[in-house]
Amino acid sequence: MFGFYIVLAIFLVLAILLMIFRVSRLISVVKGSDEKSVTGSNNVNAILMVVFLVLFFGLMAWYSFAHFDSYDPPIASDHGLVTDKLFWRTMWITGIVFVITHILLFVFAYKYRYRENHRAEFYPHNNKLELLWTGVPAIVLTWLVISGFAAWSDITSKAPEDAEQIEITGQQFTWLIRYGGMDNEVGDYDYRLIDATNDLGMDFTDKANFDDFNNNSIVLPKGRPVLLKIRAKDVLHSVYMPHMRLKMDAVPGMPTQFWFVPNKTTEEMRIEENNPDFNFELACAEICGTSHFAMRRIVTVLEPEEYDKWKAEQKSWLSKNPDYMSQVPENLKELAVVTAGINE
Amino acid sequence: MATATHIDAHAHDDHDHEHHETFITKYIFSLDHKTIAKQFLITGIIWAIIGAGFSAIFRLQLGFPEADLSWLRPLLGKWIQPEGSLDPQFYLALVTMHGTIMVFFVLTAGLSGTFSNFLIPLQIGARDMASGFMNMLSYWFFFLSSVIMFISLFLETGPASGGWVVYPPLSALPQAMDGSGLGMTLWLVAIVFFIVSSLLGGINYITTIINLRTKGMTFSRLPLTIWSFFLTAVIGVLSFPVLFAAALLLVFDRSFGTSFYLSEIYIGGEALPNVGGSPILYQHLFWFLGHPEVYIVLLPALGITSEIIATNSRKPIFGYKAMIISMLGITVLSFVVWAHHMFVSGLSPFLGSIFMFLTLIIAIPSAVKVFNYLTTLWRGNIVFTPAMLFSIGLVSVFISGGITGIFLGNSAIDIQLHDTYFVVAHFHLVMGAASSFGLLAGVYHWFPKMFGRMLDRKLGYIHFWFTFIGIYAVFFPMHYIGIAGFPRRYYSFTNFDAFSGFTDLNAFISVAAILTFFGQFIFLFNFFYSIFRGKKAPLNPWKSTTLEWTTPRVAGHGNWPGEIPTVYRWPYDYSKPGAEDDFIPQTVPFSETMDSNLPHENDMIAIEKEESASEIVVDGAKGH
Repeated sequence: MFGFYIVLAIFLVLAILLMIFRVSRLISVVKGSDEKSVTGSNNVNAILMVVFLVLFFGLMAWYSFAHFDSYDPPIASDHGLVTDKLFWRTMWITGIVFVITHILLFVFAYKYRYRENHRAEFYPHNNKLELLWTGVPAIVLTWLVISGFAAWSDITSKAPEDAEQIEITGQQFTWLIRYGGMDNEVGDYDYRLIDATNDLGMDFTDKANFDDFNNNSIVLPKGRPVLLKIRAKDVLHSVYMPHMRLKMDAVPGMPTQFWFVPNKTTEEMRIEENNPDFNFELACAEICGTSHFAMRRIVTVLEPEEYDKWKAEQKSWLSKNPDYMSQVPENLKELAVVTAGINE
Repeated sequence: MATATHIDAHAHDDHDHEHHETFITKYIFSLDHKTIAKQFLITGIIWAIIGAGFSAIFRLQLGFPEADLSWLRPLLGKWIQPEGSLDPQFYLALVTMHGTIMVFFVLTAGLSGTFSNFLIPLQIGARDMASGFMNMLSYWFFFLSSVIMFISLFLETGPASGGWVVYPPLSALPQAMDGSGLGMTLWLVAIVFFIVSSLLGGINYITTIINLRTKGMTFSRLPLTIWSFFLTAVIGVLSFPVLFAAALLLVFDRSFGTSFYLSEIYIGGEALPNVGGSPILYQHLFWFLGHPEVYIVLLPALGITSEIIATNSRKPIFGYKAMIISMLGITVLSFVVWAHHMFVSGLSPFLGSIFMFLTLIIAIPSAVKVFNYLTTLWRGNIVFTPAMLFSIGLVSVFISGGITGIFLGNSAIDIQLHDTYFVVAHFHLVMGAASSFGLLAGVYHWFPKMFGRMLDRKLGYIHFWFTFIGIYAVFFPMHYIGIAGFPRRYYSFTNFDAFSGFTDLNAFISVAAILTFFGQFIFLFNFFYSIFRGKKAPLNPWKSTTLEWTTPRVAGHGNWPGEIPTVYRWPYDYSKPGAEDDFIPQTVPFSETMDSNLPHENDMIAIEKEESASEIVVDGAKGH
């Protein structure tokens, strides 16, 4: 019954609107205003242009400044400081262009609105002006390109040799995290070796795998370079850590990587944000299926000493799954037992 | 020139014989470019309602994640979960179909298909397209594509759901998600037919513009609309075949066990045999069309607004040649910027820096166009028709959306912004809103020529302000959400601390989006009502200079009952000093406007005389 009333109400409102439309049309026919090419509405529209400009800029300025903290996420990596600087520099430059062009657009629209017995100025071209507004954007853009290029080259340069190696593997709908262990080298893998336990397909003919260990969250040392070795098992995913200003796709069959230096610990961030529950997070940024929105891992940044201590405490994957010793070639078994820390 | 005259004479003969049209040849399998244009327009409008309706549904989920949506069950059935929330997989399907429908069916077919078809013959002075039959095929392939895509909406496993870019392996493996099953197959089939339709149309547009211009209609006298349709068609003809290749290889990977895009995949508990392929290859092929596609939808809108802004400012478009050069620049550059969609895809960083450089260059011709629009308004005598309002709105959203492109084109900044709501805001403003405004402006401007009747002006004003404010209310706040780092294509943000804010802003956007969607029904009412009941249109309602306004109120097949008019001047002689009216149509010879001619135009009079003399000779020769 309630639904029926809603339908009835909508019907009545539409009928009333239709009546208003018919009546206003008849009035305009009687007044003859529909014969004129320009009516009083022209001035109304011109004024609305200016009203829109003022309201639009007013709201934009208010929200941009009043809510700055809520949309400007804190930065926790070295390169993030650089890219954010570029971001805000671009914001100021384009912001100025945005404001000026909009003022010109709406003010011209208002100022040069139709006047009877007035004629527009015949002004078909001016090559000097064209050169001016080709040249100036070209120069400004060159500057932006060069500063962007410099930052991009640094960020994508080769990772330092001593960078902490961490492997992040995307799969529907979780992230698998593996550390290089004591030798700080993430071992080889083969996707055909994947099974229910060895979910990364670690290849135990590679001795770098013996000391590798897994963890449910990402733990990082502050101030040290970290190299993320990124891959995917099934479909595309994308490693995204918003506070680290870091994003790199995880591609099946094509390992990718990203190196960076975290520069704030989780603890420091909790104090800075005044939020004892604060955590850095890892999200997926490339559509990967139904639960794309739920691929979360916590990222913890520790002081370097704490990190070393934590790392030393971790047990290798092989020591937790000694069955896989059978996959280790005979000549490496001894080495495996030692490096994996298996107590026999 | 002789060839053109010859063809014209032929077309004219055909016209004289063609009086026995049945309902089917006149309205369904019509060869008349005007009817085909209307078919494209109305199909586009139907798709726009569906596509925008989808966005209203998924905005409900994003704005009000807790809301009980059981009342949508009569429409969506099992896609509303038992507890009343939207199915997460169907959410992705909605997002995917919204993108596909809007980009291809509404803004490519609905915009370019409608106005290229309608305006090219009318504005260059031709009886019809070079091949009316190919033109008809173009529409019917589009129709077939539409039917297939529409059917895919009703599948048990849902339509394609991997995002409108349908990146493999997600789109290649039915076990990765339900939507990658039959829904994806139908998506690919529909897109292949769509590409066929686009190519048939594009080749026709190019051929017509090159070969069928009337006497005197040189390239330097073409309206900017025609220039934009011409370049759009060139882009389409060069880039759509690459999408065809991408789609074909995907079909092979899906159905015939090849490994173009697949390698080292372990899914559903088994390792697939495919090795050696690369998902990145698909991204290259897709974006080789995908980026030019942005200009395929944008250039016609820019051409349409150039025409409308000049007409309603009562001024020549400022920098006619600069406008053409910048469109040419955009056309060429549009082919060499595609990899800016792939900065963080694992692409070589060196390639990334090259594409950053090329991408930021494309901002220059775009800036030139904006400044030229502004100068055209300067010292004009502006008449705010609804078409003019939408054109001014287009310039505004083009600036707002274009500017954010400078952030995203910068690979260093893009690391953070890639695949966030900042991107969503950017392309919806610069591509979605700008092209839709171009489409609406075009409909308001050329409705009198299409249907011989006027749209209601006041409803047009209300529709514009509703839409303009609505568009900004929807997409401007998304910049903030994007800067805050919210990723796109997320069903819900509650899983992450970092994305748990902005519930208020998301609700605001959703309300604005839904209101803006319903606001479009003002236009729909106006459109369909005015087709039948609108005031009869005068011959030249906007006092415009171009050729289409020299045809009868309702032009028959062949457009001009008598001879095709000859063109003597460029299309932008508005408010020329010394002229009687504030516009001089292209068909008026310089010899009749002695008071307003510029010095070099007086020299043209002699040429005009020579040409009309030679015409008599040609006619005489043809008289056997």
